[in-house]
Amino acid sequence: MAVPLIKISDLSYAYPGSNKQAVSHVDLTIDKGAFVTLTGPSGCGKTTLCRCLNGLIPHFYGGKIKGTITVSGLSVLDHTIGELAEHVGFIFQNPENQLFALSVERDVAFGPENLALPREEIRERVEWAMKVTGVEGLRERSPYELSGGQQQRVAIASVLAMRPEILVLDEPTSSLDPLAAQNLFQAISELNERLSLTIVLVEHRLDLLSTLTDRVIVMDNGHVRMDGSPVEVFNSMDAQLMGIGVPKIVRLYHALGFRAEKPPLSVEDFAQYLRGLRND
Amino acid sequence: MIRTENVYFTYPSGVTALQGVSVEIEDGEFVAIMGENGAGKTTLVKHFNGLLKPERGEVFVDGRNTKESSVAELSRDVGLVFQNADHQLFCETVEEEVSFGLRNFGFGDKVVKKRVDWALELLDLRRYQKRSPFMLSGGERKRVALASVLAWNPKVVVLDEPTTGQDHGQKERLSQFVRQLNAQGRTVILVTHDIEFVAECSPRVILMSRGRIIADGPAKEILTNSKLVTEASLIVPQITQLFMMLGDLGLPGDVIDIYEAKRLINDFVGG
Repeated sequence: MAVPLIKISDLSYAYPGSNKQAVSHVDLTIDKGAFVTLTGPSGCGKTTLCRCLNGLIPHFYGGKIKGTITVSGLSVLDHTIGELAEHVGFIFQNPENQLFALSVERDVAFGPENLALPREEIRERVEWAMKVTGVEGLRERSPYELSGGQQQRVAIASVLAMRPEILVLDEPTSSLDPLAAQNLFQAISELNERLSLTIVLVEHRLDLLSTLTDRVIVMDNGHVRMDGSPVEVFNSMDAQLMGIGVPKIVRLYHALGFRAEKPPLSVEDFAQYLRGLRND
Repeated sequence: MIRTENVYFTYPSGVTALQGVSVEIEDGEFVAIMGENGAGKTTLVKHFNGLLKPERGEVFVDGRNTKESSVAELSRDVGLVFQNADHQLFCETVEEEVSFGLRNFGFGDKVVKKRVDWALELLDLRRYQKRSPFMLSGGERKRVALASVLAWNPKVVVLDEPTTGQDHGQKERLSQFVRQLNAQGRTVILVTHDIEFVAECSPRVILMSRGRIIADGPAKEILTNSKLVTEASLIVPQITQLFMMLGDLGLPGDVIDIYEAKRLINDFVGG
């Protein structure tokens, strides 16, 4: 049975000094272990929605909020950012804004140290977090001398050391080159599968995610406009009209006039499909 | 024309960013400089308007050696739009921002007004004329930075990572826009690792890795060479991957354009 880990009901929010609702009447349920990709045009409200999951909204940003948000059984409005941080890890666009210690190991240890955990437990969590993100080899290095991709992994390790059930990532690859982005998505997918970590990922680059994510949510103008499997979303005309980044091979598939139930999500699938047509 | 001859450059931190770069870019060309983070792309284009001077080697812009010319003089011909618009914007209104360069180049009030109006219209910024650039979204700030450079009509426009943080619709508009600039006779130089964007624009591609140029040729030739592309930490375009996979069926492997792909597959399925 699927267990809802995030439950948002009729959520509306406006930033201080603004009358425009950045998020408007959003209802959303996300199950434990899901890998959700949140996308939509710039300014559609996706980053705002993410900030509601760890309490940055409303506790840090202020503003007018209506509706309810429950994360891991906690009402976001009634719990502090600190309390929520043990359940929701947050990764920003620019990892440098998130890393500050002189070594990778110190950075990863910072969160659990602040929970005042026993020494042994801290050590265990740090080792575990570095291991699952593949940064053990970098433990003595300064985060500032690492590549962008390595820095993002260290940022993920430092939030995982808090043992959250949910990882929220806001365009984590925007400053990475394509190969580094692909590797990071792969690493996130492995965390999702091996640890049943629930992933909420904000991204425009859907071509690299189409085979990894199991649900795509499209926002526009503060509203959730579409919500379904990658196949459902990519196949809908609305997605193309809204100008979301439908992968090139899906575009080619549609341009060729193929309109089956299931567009190919990977290059391999499409190649297979074309071979089939040839043999018929 | 921009010409670099065996350029070396090391930052004060000790990082050597360019290691012997020689390249020629003719007037009216459309060029994408691609490569991994830290490959030296931004360092190279900062040599084109004299912002950086080579530590060894020479850079010539229309025959002038950049070591003997000022940034102000070179910028008149080579306009550089930075990756992070915030490094470029500082005025209180969008209008002031866009007129700043023009005033510095000594244009009179009438010309300034005319050119600012033109640039604001071109980039769909008219309604933000009196607003602070810092109140705008990231994508809009990028457009302000671009407008402020285009306003003085440089012969060469260099855009550093224009697609980062832009959604799909914005990228499509940007792609049309840069092609239009080029069609009007300007030299357009893009610094990017957005391979799908480059596949759509199909410019000349200069591929860099670790401070060196590792390949230089038409997009169709460079982007479909998986060995080179991987060396520069990029990924071959999806359409090319598809055709490479079907190579045994007699389809060509060097396809980057969706229309060409469509035609080839139609022939293939039909025949």
